[in-house]
Amino acid sequence: MLLTITTTRYPATDLGYLLHKHPAKLHTFPLTAGEVHVFYPEATEERCTAALLLDLDPVRLTRKSAAGGNDFALEQYVNDRPYVASSFMSAALSQAYSSAMNARCKDKPELVELPLPLEVNLSVLPVNGGETLLRTLFEPLGYEVSVQSFPLDTQYQEWGQSRYYQVALKNTLPLWMLLSQLYVLIPVCDNDKHYFIGNHEIEKLMEKGRGWLDNHPAKELIVRRYMKHLGPLTRQALGLIMREEAEPEVNDEIPVPVEKIRLHDLRLQTVRDLLLEHQVTSVADLGCGEGKLLRLLMNKPVFTRILGMDVSYRALEIARDKLKLERLSERQQQRLTLIQGSLLYKDKRLSGFEAATLVEVIEHLDPPRLAILEKVVFEYARPSMVIVTTVNAEFNIKYESLTPGAFRHNDHRFEWTRPEFEAWATTIADRFGYTVTFRPLGEWDDAVGAPSQLALFIIAAA
Amino acid sequence: MARRNNLSHISIPELSLVLLVGPSGAGKSTFARKYFKPTEIISSDVCRGLISDDENNQIVSADAFEVARMIAAKRLKHGLLTVIDATNVQPESRKDWIKLAREYHVLPVAIVLNLPEDVCSKRNAVRPDRNFGKHVIPQQISQLKRNLRHLKEEGFRHIYEMRSEEEVSALETITRTPLYNNKKDEHGPFDIIGDVHGCYDELCTLLEKLGYGIDREHAELISAPHTTNEDGYTRVRKPLFVGDLVDRGPASPQVLRLVMNMVSNGTGLCVPGNHDAKLLKWLNGKQVQLKHGLEKTVEQLGAEPPEFLEALKTFLDGLISHYVLDDGKLVVAHAGLKESMQGRGSGAVREFCMYGETTGEIDEFGLPVRYNWAQEYKGKAMVVYGHTPVPEAQWLNRTIDIDTGCVFGGKLTAMRYPERELISVPALEQYAVPARPIGYNASSSLSIQQQYDGVLDIADFIGKKLVDTRFSHTITIREENSIAALEVMSRFAINPRWMIYLPPTMSPVETATLPGLLEHPTGGLQYFREAGVEKVVCEEKHMGSRAIVVVCKDEAAALQRFGVDGEGIGVVYTRTGRSFFTDKTLEQAFLARVNAALEASGFYTDFETDWVCLDCELMPWSAKAQALLQQQYAAVGTAAGQALPVVNAALEQAVLNNVPAQLLLEKYRSRQEQVTDYIAAYRQYCWPVNKLEDYKLAPFHIMATEGKTYFDKDHEWHMSTIRKVCEADPALLLATSYRVVTIGNEESEQSAIDWWEKLTAAGGEGMVIKPYTFLSKDARGLIQPAVKVRGKNYLRIIYGPEYDAPENLARLRSRGLGTKRSLALREFALGLEGLERFVGKEPLQMVHQCVFGILALESEPVDPRL
Repeated sequence: MLLTITTTRYPATDLGYLLHKHPAKLHTFPLTAGEVHVFYPEATEERCTAALLLDLDPVRLTRKSAAGGNDFALEQYVNDRPYVASSFMSAALSQAYSSAMNARCKDKPELVELPLPLEVNLSVLPVNGGETLLRTLFEPLGYEVSVQSFPLDTQYQEWGQSRYYQVALKNTLPLWMLLSQLYVLIPVCDNDKHYFIGNHEIEKLMEKGRGWLDNHPAKELIVRRYMKHLGPLTRQALGLIMREEAEPEVNDEIPVPVEKIRLHDLRLQTVRDLLLEHQVTSVADLGCGEGKLLRLLMNKPVFTRILGMDVSYRALEIARDKLKLERLSERQQQRLTLIQGSLLYKDKRLSGFEAATLVEVIEHLDPPRLAILEKVVFEYARPSMVIVTTVNAEFNIKYESLTPGAFRHNDHRFEWTRPEFEAWATTIADRFGYTVTFRPLGEWDDAVGAPSQLALFIIAAA
Repeated sequence: MARRNNLSHISIPELSLVLLVGPSGAGKSTFARKYFKPTEIISSDVCRGLISDDENNQIVSADAFEVARMIAAKRLKHGLLTVIDATNVQPESRKDWIKLAREYHVLPVAIVLNLPEDVCSKRNAVRPDRNFGKHVIPQQISQLKRNLRHLKEEGFRHIYEMRSEEEVSALETITRTPLYNNKKDEHGPFDIIGDVHGCYDELCTLLEKLGYGIDREHAELISAPHTTNEDGYTRVRKPLFVGDLVDRGPASPQVLRLVMNMVSNGTGLCVPGNHDAKLLKWLNGKQVQLKHGLEKTVEQLGAEPPEFLEALKTFLDGLISHYVLDDGKLVVAHAGLKESMQGRGSGAVREFCMYGETTGEIDEFGLPVRYNWAQEYKGKAMVVYGHTPVPEAQWLNRTIDIDTGCVFGGKLTAMRYPERELISVPALEQYAVPARPIGYNASSSLSIQQQYDGVLDIADFIGKKLVDTRFSHTITIREENSIAALEVMSRFAINPRWMIYLPPTMSPVETATLPGLLEHPTGGLQYFREAGVEKVVCEEKHMGSRAIVVVCKDEAAALQRFGVDGEGIGVVYTRTGRSFFTDKTLEQAFLARVNAALEASGFYTDFETDWVCLDCELMPWSAKAQALLQQQYAAVGTAAGQALPVVNAALEQAVLNNVPAQLLLEKYRSRQEQVTDYIAAYRQYCWPVNKLEDYKLAPFHIMATEGKTYFDKDHEWHMSTIRKVCEADPALLLATSYRVVTIGNEESEQSAIDWWEKLTAAGGEGMVIKPYTFLSKDARGLIQPAVKVRGKNYLRIIYGPEYDAPENLARLRSRGLGTKRSLALREFALGLEGLERFVGKEPLQMVHQCVFGILALESEPVDPRL
């Protein structure tokens, strides 16, 4: 909430001219969610400090949640924003120090491009990535960085460290450049912008990054975080910075490199190929998620009736968008139905399909409730063919980033080895009158098998 | 054909499809308007008009018929008499309506207005919209006359014809007669008796056990027991037989004699079984095979006089397929009856009543496989039936099969209605061997209902749903809320068999206007005073997490009562149905302690139960809300706690240097104080949890035990009963402190306020004010079951550290409680309804509907700070 800039270049009070703020006064400017104050705790010719105090109104802050934000989450009411340097601080900087940031000085223009010994103190800066990130961002620009971190609660040391830092930065550079760098890098540290990001953000970044962002080794990270992970926008901005031609059209799909098929795509292709091989024409994809398999199936006209079911309504909305359902011809639309449903309830809408697929679905259910899924699929829906895929837990040791015993996804309720999966599937096949065969999915390893595994159930002839 | 001249009075069945038949201009519409309600009449002209703006547009006739058929179908589905106002002069047009009547098992009635041509033509001539050709009316009349004789063959059960204007005007009334199966006026009490199959001795013993006096020798009922109902009226009980009186057993004629006597003098009722029907066929000289025990009956009847056989024929012929009794709450049919057929009359209904449904398959014993209609039964009426011998009579979706195979050496069972009590006497011997062993596929340790409940049907929960609640009105669950609930239920919730209850949300008190406060007890006292409550209970509000504890005496009880196998003796879950403990071993250890306390305090014995559902607060808050605490509360505390001193130091220095920042400094000093209070506030509710005793469980309501709920008890009863349990394990269980306050008594009210101030000053969250009785109503219905009054410092972790700065408080006071309170009431009503259904042993889907509804309502957007 407080950002101080100190200079020791004689006469230090020149800082007042550069910032266009008289050292003896308290300056106050309005912001959308509060005010910003500028005052000088110290203003001598040897040493002058300008303090920028971001004074956000906590009540107003909560009433102005961004579009798409959740107005009904309690979290926003007990909020760190009033106490930290965030994108609000960038907004405050450009409000209070706009002339200085734009390299204008009415009274002493000769100071503008002059590198000054400057020291910045930030209380407090939230950093997503810790001290390492701070150094990665500031040291290449010539800053001397010193940081102090704090525990989440001194009374409960076991809770660990917080992401808040007192940050001191020292460098000799023109003031406008310091301000521009702070303007861009404060929200990059925080990694949580408060306002909607549109195309004008790219221009702002270009303008503020002039003369330093180009050669920054962490440029990609800075741009990505500044744009807050918005894929196409990031690529556009990166393209502009790299002086390449911007892509003619912003597309929401990221093309997958052909030479290396990712594991999940491999799974889906294997599933589709099996369905084709068995000359199935109607398929229910149970747990269809955002519809990746559905898209593969839609591309093959032999599948005349396709059902996508998922428990997440949000996922279905995304699937609807990605499949561009509204824009398909009526005939194409008739091939596909998307429904919200659950594998923990029997559902008449699931019967009458030749095949059902459960791609990486079962591991999201608590083991005691699997028995219900089994009945819902194999007893009530009862398609002639069922494909179930799940991860192979044995393969986990091959993932270096995975701590031993941990699951690959935080919503996984279990992960099975090959014998465990095969034992389960064989029991199910026996109980419900199916035959079952297995195959590995993904790169084979002699010791631990493939990363994923597939069971193909075929109904026994009556 | 039935032709009745000069009728002044005709009668039709109360549920029928009435076809008006007659040429254009015969006066059908006028006739319909005179005798039927406007909504009962579906006119083909009107339907044509609806879809083409022209009532005479013959081009759209096919579409208009579809519309008419759709409306008629919906009316018949809902059991409403319907009149079709169309010419209906051709047999093919009548055929469709007869088919529709059959589909809905209602009786088709024809009222024919066979008026002379000149009358019809004259009428049409004065109607400018009917300018069709001269040939039309004669043609219609000739079509009508050609087929009039065949109306009965076409399927009409009641046919009335009028041939002149005089005859039409002579008609004064059309009365509607109830169907024979309609015995809604009979409210019982009944003793419904399963398949007797000639087991006379067992039947007499059973009736005697039920309290009847029987003259065994003369097969006559001498006396019947009495029951006094809830309203204080004493009623005579009535035996009600589900049929299959005869065959296989040793004394079919005696059984028949007894039942015939009862039915003829009105002391008993009987519906026919398939064996009874086959006997009637034999009596009527039809070709029947003397098999399946009929040969025994025939042999036994050989000794009976011909008068008896004649009386028997009359008796059997007069039996009605099924009865709908007690305002539609009870249906009795031999093989059961699905909802769509109840109270209807058709050949298909009769067939179903006697034989049930089969799948078309033949089982390993060479018998047709029965389709269990009861599995899909979702009707409101209780259905009691027999037909299929089972080892034990068991409830399934409000239906019960009470044929416990007496003749096969099982027992003869009666169900007392409305008590739902089962009384049996064992067979004296095995008189016959069943072709298919009784209960040959019953291998599960679960009841039929529990097996069926294993997989709930999604159709009962998704989409817009209306849930009837006994303590409030019908509650609507909107589709978008169901969508949210389905996801939460499926992804995070515990086994639905355990989840018999979810607690309602709780509203805060009215917003205070006292300086520096957002909430104060006076608001709550005021609320209850206005609701006419005389006494309230103030309970200390613990800062933990709401937890529902369901605990059984042992795993056997969990299996027997909840149908849960291998998941321990119970469950602790949150207000959104998630398991409270991620570690199952810890959960079971925790429950074992609760169980031991219940056992030690004598709870199970006192309440004659082997399980209990408790509504509780589980502490510490940090046990469940760790992530929220660390990532949100502690984080904000750190950020503010580090930043504010630096700001204040800078401001102090500036002020020393004569910068005019004194006001700003004062503001920031007070911000720093608020943040210090805030940090102290959240720390109050955290403590590390390393062992079981680090948890504290504070139960505050006993929700349910076997067969009972406790909504009629007052909160002092709940508190003192719970205290007794808590005393058995004070290390883990915490009895909540409370005060009883008399509304209107200044001293009493003040003591509550003082207590609240003391509690919150010591860092407590605050208190909850409840009406003295659990279930309280005012003139408009239920009132809030509880309102919370939170302390000044506690609210910092809800509204933000600095909420009580005067400029902030002024704005925060404009908060609306309406939505929150309305939700609280709806959730309260649903929660209690679910428990009532559970203790009433209703199917799980009925219970799940309530908790699903609560979860759905919880997805309504409402200010989370309330």
